[in-house]
Amino acid sequence: MATLELSEISVRFGGLQALTDVSFRVREGDIVGLIGPNGAGKTTVFNVITGVYQTSAGQVSYDGKPLRSLRPHKILALGVARTFQNIRLFQNMTALENVMVAQHCRTRAGVLGAILRSPAQKREEAVIREKSLQALDFMGLGAFAGELASNMAYGLQRRLEIARALATEPKTILLDEPAAGLNPAESRELMHTIGRISERGVNILMVEHDMKVVMGICRHIVVLDHGVMIAEGKPEEIQRDPRVIEAYLGNELN
Amino acid sequence: MTIRASKLWFGYAVAMAWFYVLLWPLLGIKAAGLEFAASFAIWSKVAVAAAICLVLYQVKQAGAFNFLTKPTERVGEAASAAFRRVPTWLSLAVVLALAVIFPLFTERYAHDVAISILVYIILGLGLNIVVGMAGLLDLGYIAFFGVGAYTYALLSVHFGLSFWLCLPIAASFSALAGCLIGYPTLRMRGDYLAIVTLGFGEIVRIVINNWMSLTNGPNGVLGIKPPGAYWFNGASLEHVWLNHLEQLYYIILALAVFTVLAVYRLNYSRIGRAFEAVREDQTAAELMGVNTLRIKLLAYALGAVFGGLAGTFFAARMQFVSPESFTFIESAMVLAMVVLGGMGSIPGVILGAVALIALPEVFRGFELYRMFVFGGVMAAMMIFRPKGLWPAKRLGARSEERE
Ligand SMILES: Nc1ncnc2c1ncn2[C@@H]1O[C@H](COP(=O)(O)OP(=O)(O)OP(=O)(O)O)[C@@H](O)[C@H]1O
Ligand SMILES: [Mg+2]
Repeated sequence: MATLELSEISVRFGGLQALTDVSFRVREGDIVGLIGPNGAGKTTVFNVITGVYQTSAGQVSYDGKPLRSLRPHKILALGVARTFQNIRLFQNMTALENVMVAQHCRTRAGVLGAILRSPAQKREEAVIREKSLQALDFMGLGAFAGELASNMAYGLQRRLEIARALATEPKTILLDEPAAGLNPAESRELMHTIGRISERGVNILMVEHDMKVVMGICRHIVVLDHGVMIAEGKPEEIQRDPRVIEAYLGNELN
Repeated sequence: MTIRASKLWFGYAVAMAWFYVLLWPLLGIKAAGLEFAASFAIWSKVAVAAAICLVLYQVKQAGAFNFLTKPTERVGEAASAAFRRVPTWLSLAVVLALAVIFPLFTERYAHDVAISILVYIILGLGLNIVVGMAGLLDLGYIAFFGVGAYTYALLSVHFGLSFWLCLPIAASFSALAGCLIGYPTLRMRGDYLAIVTLGFGEIVRIVINNWMSLTNGPNGVLGIKPPGAYWFNGASLEHVWLNHLEQLYYIILALAVFTVLAVYRLNYSRIGRAFEAVREDQTAAELMGVNTLRIKLLAYALGAVFGGLAGTFFAARMQFVSPESFTFIESAMVLAMVVLGGMGSIPGVILGAVALIALPEVFRGFELYRMFVFGGVMAAMMIFRPKGLWPAKRLGARSEERE
């Protein structure tokens, strides 16, 4: 099934070994948390999976298919979508348009269809619209469809990023610090939303610094430190793991 | 004097001193020796005029003109509110109707200017796809105009192909040229893209200039046929050449209307959204499933198609083409229209074309100072309306069917 599997991934940037032999899986129905101190290589893992960076060794496979040398849009089309740590919305487009762009790879109307407004193109456009509105509604953004992304409040932009990723109809979604900068109420609501995304049958891999969020919803946790996987397991195991406590969690958990 | 006012006058003094430093070398350095009187005479006039403007500005700031400006403002607001209530289709219909009856009330000279405006509108809208929508800088756009013009010129002179048949042929050739030029630049961004497209534009012109056996080099191609048509002459159908200015005007008007419609529809489509996504954030667009390399190539090709269409018409209208018409300054001109009017905005680009073609005609009397005024206006525009005369607006109305 739609299992995302990383096996012995290594990435280097010049002299910097950003990842060393990282291996883990995100199985069907999983919510996996990827944690680690700043600069541990979490975002790099996302960039490797989505095809932004090439690995120097090891491979990523999805559904049993190796992703090596596939361009990012192809990987997305296979069903792996992501959000960004630093929000990367299309700032001068409306919320609705942002989400509509995400339907690009699921639709096919071309230039001629657009210029002639062929019936097929019109039908497709209506479907895109409807699905995009659904994605916005799912994230509670229905009222902001016509708002420019740049005019939206920070918390809403975070949610819009998730709505955009969901609109690509993914089977696996990678969330890079979705709760960063949210207040406690917002991040509680986000946890709830992530749960609902999972219920829709989307597998989730998320990076998150907020331990309440991570421990609350993740069923499996992977810990990175300096590009090395130092632990992996259930939240309770991770909380007790001495290496993890030493490397990263420390007093935060006690 | 308040601090604000003294700052203003200090700025004025600096600006005038700087102006004199610029002006004197131009007017004062003569073969016979250095001279101050001529430049000082001009300088003092400008200084006095600027001082008067400044005083008026200050008086206005103090509110002395409120009895004048307040009512005019109110009238302006009421007018724009009324204008907003007019449905879009109605205002479009009025503009189109005016464009259609335009030749009936004007003479040759006006037709001539109107035709060039329409040609530039097509060029501007074509470049707008590349620059305004997809956000790729293209400094060699006029090359596609040239490719279109020469395609028709050569096919017409050597093979006698008709204008109508050549429109799609020239458009395809231009699209091909767009892809050829676009392909090597796909992985470039920003400044590099600007330099490379500038180079490609020049390459096309220089090839045309030097390929004597095909293009007749700098002498150009003569004897291009105008568009033809069949028309009833009594009972029989007869072939006629449409070489009167008003006939040509209607042809280019039709092409321009087609262009506006096509670009508008493209803008509000899956492809248009992909263009904009690439403009906003190329990496994010790719990660959201847009094949950015393909979309950028498509933007170049589509832009080139409209350049090619305009070029075909240009060749048919002039009945002569030479490489001189496709220099860098033309590319810059078209780009200026797009930027001046408002990137990504269709009415903006149209307004930009009108402003840059029609206004210089109006001010023909000041021929000498044309470029000077041009530069000044552009600089002022960038300060006061950095988003263009008619900025693209996108407040929820997009992708809504409102036709
Ligand atoms: N494109 C790049 N070129 C060079 N070095 C990079 C690049 N991307 C990341 N790095 C380096 O790789 C290391 C891991 O970075 P990464 O962004 O993956 O960390 P992270 O775990 O996401 O940290 P944070 O919690 O701050 O987001 C860092 O030392 C970073 O400087
Ligand atoms: Mg990170």
